[in-house]
Amino acid sequence: MSDATEAAATIPITVDFSGGLEMLFDNQRRHAVDLPAADPGGKPATIVLLIDHLCKHLMKDPRTDMFVLDNHIRPGILVLINDADWELEGEEAYEIQPRDNILFVSTLHGG
Amino acid sequence: MGEGTRAGAPTNGTRNGHSRRLDDDEFDRYSRQMVVPGMGKEGQLRLINGRVLIIGAGGLGCPAAQYIAGAGVGTIGIVDGDVVEASNLHRQVGHATSRIGMLKVDSLITHLRGLNHLPTYIAHPFPLTPQNAADIIAGYDLVLDCTDNPATRYLISDVCVLLCKPLVSAASVQKSGQLIVLNCPPSPQGLVDGGPYAPCYRCCFRKPPPPSSLVSCGEAGIMGPVVGMMGVAQAGEAIKILASALHLPPTEPSANQNQNLHQPTLLIYTYDLDAAPGPYTFRALKMSSRKPSCPSCGAGSTLSLEGIRAGDPNYEQFCAVNTPRCVLPLSERVTPAEFHAARERGELPRHVVLDTREREHFSFGSIEGAVNVPFGRLLMKAAAVQRDGGEVRGVLPEGVLTQTAGEGGGEGVEQIFVVCRRGLDSQEAVEKLKELGLEEGGRRRIVDIKGGMKAWKEEVDPGFPYI
Repeated sequence: MSDATEAAATIPITVDFSGGLEMLFDNQRRHAVDLPAADPGGKPATIVLLIDHLCKHLMKDPRTDMFVLDNHIRPGILVLINDADWELEGEEAYEIQPRDNILFVSTLHGG
Repeated sequence: MGEGTRAGAPTNGTRNGHSRRLDDDEFDRYSRQMVVPGMGKEGQLRLINGRVLIIGAGGLGCPAAQYIAGAGVGTIGIVDGDVVEASNLHRQVGHATSRIGMLKVDSLITHLRGLNHLPTYIAHPFPLTPQNAADIIAGYDLVLDCTDNPATRYLISDVCVLLCKPLVSAASVQKSGQLIVLNCPPSPQGLVDGGPYAPCYRCCFRKPPPPSSLVSCGEAGIMGPVVGMMGVAQAGEAIKILASALHLPPTEPSANQNQNLHQPTLLIYTYDLDAAPGPYTFRALKMSSRKPSCPSCGAGSTLSLEGIRAGDPNYEQFCAVNTPRCVLPLSERVTPAEFHAARERGELPRHVVLDTREREHFSFGSIEGAVNVPFGRLLMKAAAVQRDGGEVRGVLPEGVLTQTAGEGGGEGVEQIFVVCRRGLDSQEAVEKLKELGLEEGGRRRIVDIKGGMKAWKEEVDPGFPYI
């Protein structure tokens, strides 16, 4: 229950990549991320802000189209919020909470 | 004889089979699984009366089929049009060295008969197509998707929705695997009221990934135990579903909600070559239920078996199977044979060969004198130069481009030949190097070697260790 104004700066979360997406993020599967608590317009941080943040600050590989297409997560990537399909949580509009775990998984097709 | 509330698969026409005696062979063979709490004779008879279709006799299908046959599922169909190759054998454990060249379905059934001669095995020795899918799938109670491409995965799911068949789907490449049970218990296409109902493949995976992001087992590689684990898990799910009759409509409406069947778990297996198993080696992710807007099973779905047979939807187009990413003009491409001949004739005094395959592929061999910068690394270095500035020649290893083309007493590299595995990445790499200005105003040629090292092996060096 810390001071609301102090806590407003960043939100500590973990972001995981799986199914080959880790390749785009320095081959590291788990990242601790301090996400700005609000977007430039002052609205609370959502998945949209997180995706933008990841592309700008975490992604080493220039192939952003392997992760984002037309400003949305590219087809074939599942987003899991605390181990549940993001469709159960409001998709891009989900407001990120401290200590959330967000997992991006590329769907596999080989066999 | 303890007929349970769920007993009696209405589709297999052997109702009486559910209360018969097991013969001695069956009794001995299945005794260890029948004494497991929850199985019993009743569960075993459901397996014996069950009919499972395994689509794909590869890395998933082989291990799945072994356990399904071992458990005594009465009718086992296998679909695959391929033949056994040596490169299959590290993971496709239902085949054998002595059966290389044989149709995979025949090879696998040979193996399965040795394991258990009691089931009826049905060979479908051709690929699943929109034209044959419904006729084949209609003859079974449950389907295992053990295939290796998105177009077939969407086709299988759509037909399973229309025929009300549960689907156990798995996939695996390189060091990861995924597994999910779909459409179980099946509910009629379009039914949304009174739900939630179990989702189909399209509910969970709305759109296929763009082809450029797909990697095959051939290219990216695959660890045998990873795909094997997923195939065995598929068998486990299939046996469970049949033995407990989870694929039949429940007798009490609340039963499925209690079992969470309508929000299936996506199981993800992540294998590390250089680390011990950790807390996230396995992850169980909760997926959502049937989507009212799903184009396959949802409320407004117009999908039909007749449509699928006639080519609607067009699965190949939906998954854009054969879209080439980039094609360079002919002036910027040479065939391996042309390149080799020119080099033999001494016509290429100041050239360098840039090989953009992954390090592991390169480690088995390359064109003499080639330097290796994997494609992803090359793009990363190029992006860094474009973003932060710096020496453009630095995208290639130190010393490769020490001088400007045509300068330094004629020592500068005048031609860069780019080669990759099969000839796609190399074309993009040529474009990228030109974009960086490495042509130096036309004093240096940057050329793609057509068809990659695969073509090199075919045209120039049959003994080349191409993977």
